[in-house]
Amino acid sequence: MDHKLPPYATLGQRIWFYAFRVICGLIFFFLIAPILTIIPLSFNAESFFTFTPGMLALDPEAYSLRHYVDFFTNPDWQQALRNSVMIAPVATILSVSLGTLAAIGLSQSHVPFKGAIMAILISPMIVPLIISAAGMYFFYSRIGLQGTYWGVVLAHAALGIPFVIITVTATLVGFDRSLTRAAASLGANPVTTFFRIQMPLILPGVISGGLFAFITSFDEVVVVIFVGSAAQQTLPWQMFTGLREQISPTILAVATILVVISIGLLTVVELLRRRSERLRGMSPG
Amino acid sequence: MGLTSNAQDAFVTFDRVQKSYDGETLVVKDLNLQIGKGEFLTMLGPSGSGKTTCLMMLAGFETATHGEITLDGRPINNIPPHKRGIGMVFQNYALFPHMTVAENLSFPLEVRKIGKSDREAKIKRALDMVQMGSFAGRRPSQLSGGQQQRIALARALVFEPELVLMDEPLGALDKQLRETLQFEITNLAHELGITVVYVTHDQTEALTMSDRVAVFDDGRIQQLDAPDTLYEEPKNSFVAQFIGENNTLTGVVSKMKGATCEVRLDDGEIIDAVPVNVSQVGERTQVSIRPERVEYNPERLTEGAHTIHAEVLEFIYMGDIYRTRLRVAGHDTFVMKTRNAPDQRRLTPGEKIEIGWRPQDCRALDA
Repeated sequence: MDHKLPPYATLGQRIWFYAFRVICGLIFFFLIAPILTIIPLSFNAESFFTFTPGMLALDPEAYSLRHYVDFFTNPDWQQALRNSVMIAPVATILSVSLGTLAAIGLSQSHVPFKGAIMAILISPMIVPLIISAAGMYFFYSRIGLQGTYWGVVLAHAALGIPFVIITVTATLVGFDRSLTRAAASLGANPVTTFFRIQMPLILPGVISGGLFAFITSFDEVVVVIFVGSAAQQTLPWQMFTGLREQISPTILAVATILVVISIGLLTVVELLRRRSERLRGMSPG
Repeated sequence: MGLTSNAQDAFVTFDRVQKSYDGETLVVKDLNLQIGKGEFLTMLGPSGSGKTTCLMMLAGFETATHGEITLDGRPINNIPPHKRGIGMVFQNYALFPHMTVAENLSFPLEVRKIGKSDREAKIKRALDMVQMGSFAGRRPSQLSGGQQQRIALARALVFEPELVLMDEPLGALDKQLRETLQFEITNLAHELGITVVYVTHDQTEALTMSDRVAVFDDGRIQQLDAPDTLYEEPKNSFVAQFIGENNTLTGVVSKMKGATCEVRLDDGEIIDAVPVNVSQVGERTQVSIRPERVEYNPERLTEGAHTIHAEVLEFIYMGDIYRTRLRVAGHDTFVMKTRNAPDQRRLTPGEKIEIGWRPQDCRALDA
């Protein structure tokens, strides 16, 4: 990319050139500043949500790990962490399997009412969460899933499926149908063809979709409050309760940990995706 | 070519096969075809003529709406593609991009549960066959189009199928590479004794590679013959126009004389022709003559043959041949190709000449 202005740029273009950079900077600032503020605050030695004069003076005495210690020793937080870790991966596996199959099915040319089916499947992403949550509450109560582990897993899977469908559908657009025909002509049955030809090639879409599904479940608070019971109290739910009832900066420590986990996951998945794209010869090197 | 087949010893048969995608229009209408074992048969035709649909029905990717297809005496209508054991080469190569060349070739052997050492031997043999032995570790994206098609060919042959289908395999390659590969594919097919069904819209390819050519148009086989018969004796005006260059004059049959007939052209001139699918005096006809069978040197004309007046419009020196465009019987696009022989005279535009041909080279076809 060329970052220099061409010599023939007019005054208007010059002004826009700098204004554009200022606007971009502001957007990044508004997106990232709230998250960045949390990180130093979580090391507060006091039980406050504000920077103490000591912290602003960079006095080492004003910083501590006490909120992190609290997170790792408090049984409430530990139970919430266990719940989140038990719910999110299972919900992700469900979302990924169902979402991938749905995307492949919807990419076939002979499927009737494709648009309608697609709209229904991705509706959890569009319908306000509180509506979905309330609906699920009443529905799951009737069939005995409300307040159960599987109830929360199913609800989160439903929220994650749209992400998987969208990313996998996008990958399938570039998928060459003659590859499955070639595999069949070479003697591979449809199941072998799926796992050995189609799946490896659409893996990048499946992985990104899975990541979004995981984060959706891991960060979700509204649906779990409706569908879950005290036994399924997840991290976000515990944070929400913490904010309402005790305003403990432990929340900030948890938030920092979640941010770090998210960044870590994104990085790992992006590296995996690049490797897979390289393998299927999409980009050189 | 001696490979003509009757229904008993045919390797592949299409028996009254029809195909419709929408239940109304037939893409393939009443197809009957027998392909002998070891034969190289080409399906040639313009796009939309039904040739690819026929190939796809044979491969199992499309189902016939009516009729039956048999392979080695067995009906295959109800056999899924992966159990037919037919090799296939696609126009866009269809190599698996996430596998190396060796893994691509290994795939059909693995799904057939062939042991590792056997697999390696077969892969090596197949790669050597297409002169790609040193490319086993490459990925398809690192190969050129011609190399990819060679690998695709090796992959279709590595599991030793008796029948190989090729769907315009050379369509995406440049002319020179196409000619080399045409030659290699034909040689390979005959060496291995495999049966090949080849689809193309390139008539040169069809003529140079095949034992027999089926010319498709409008969902039907218009003519099924050896390349030389097809070129010399087209059975209708579609085939005459589609294969090679042809001059067409229109007129009315004025006299039937047994093996030949007289045709009165639209401007009143009379010529001799062989009646192919005209039988009655008064019928309208399209008379077709190959440009290289037209003669203007009176010494080379058959005695007693009708000659006709022509005006030279354009004379092009092409080295080995002269290509002359003439006005004949009111048509401005009549082409004559003459060999650059020592005794041949060069013509100049505007010159008035007499041209003629042997009556058997001039075919009166349907109008």
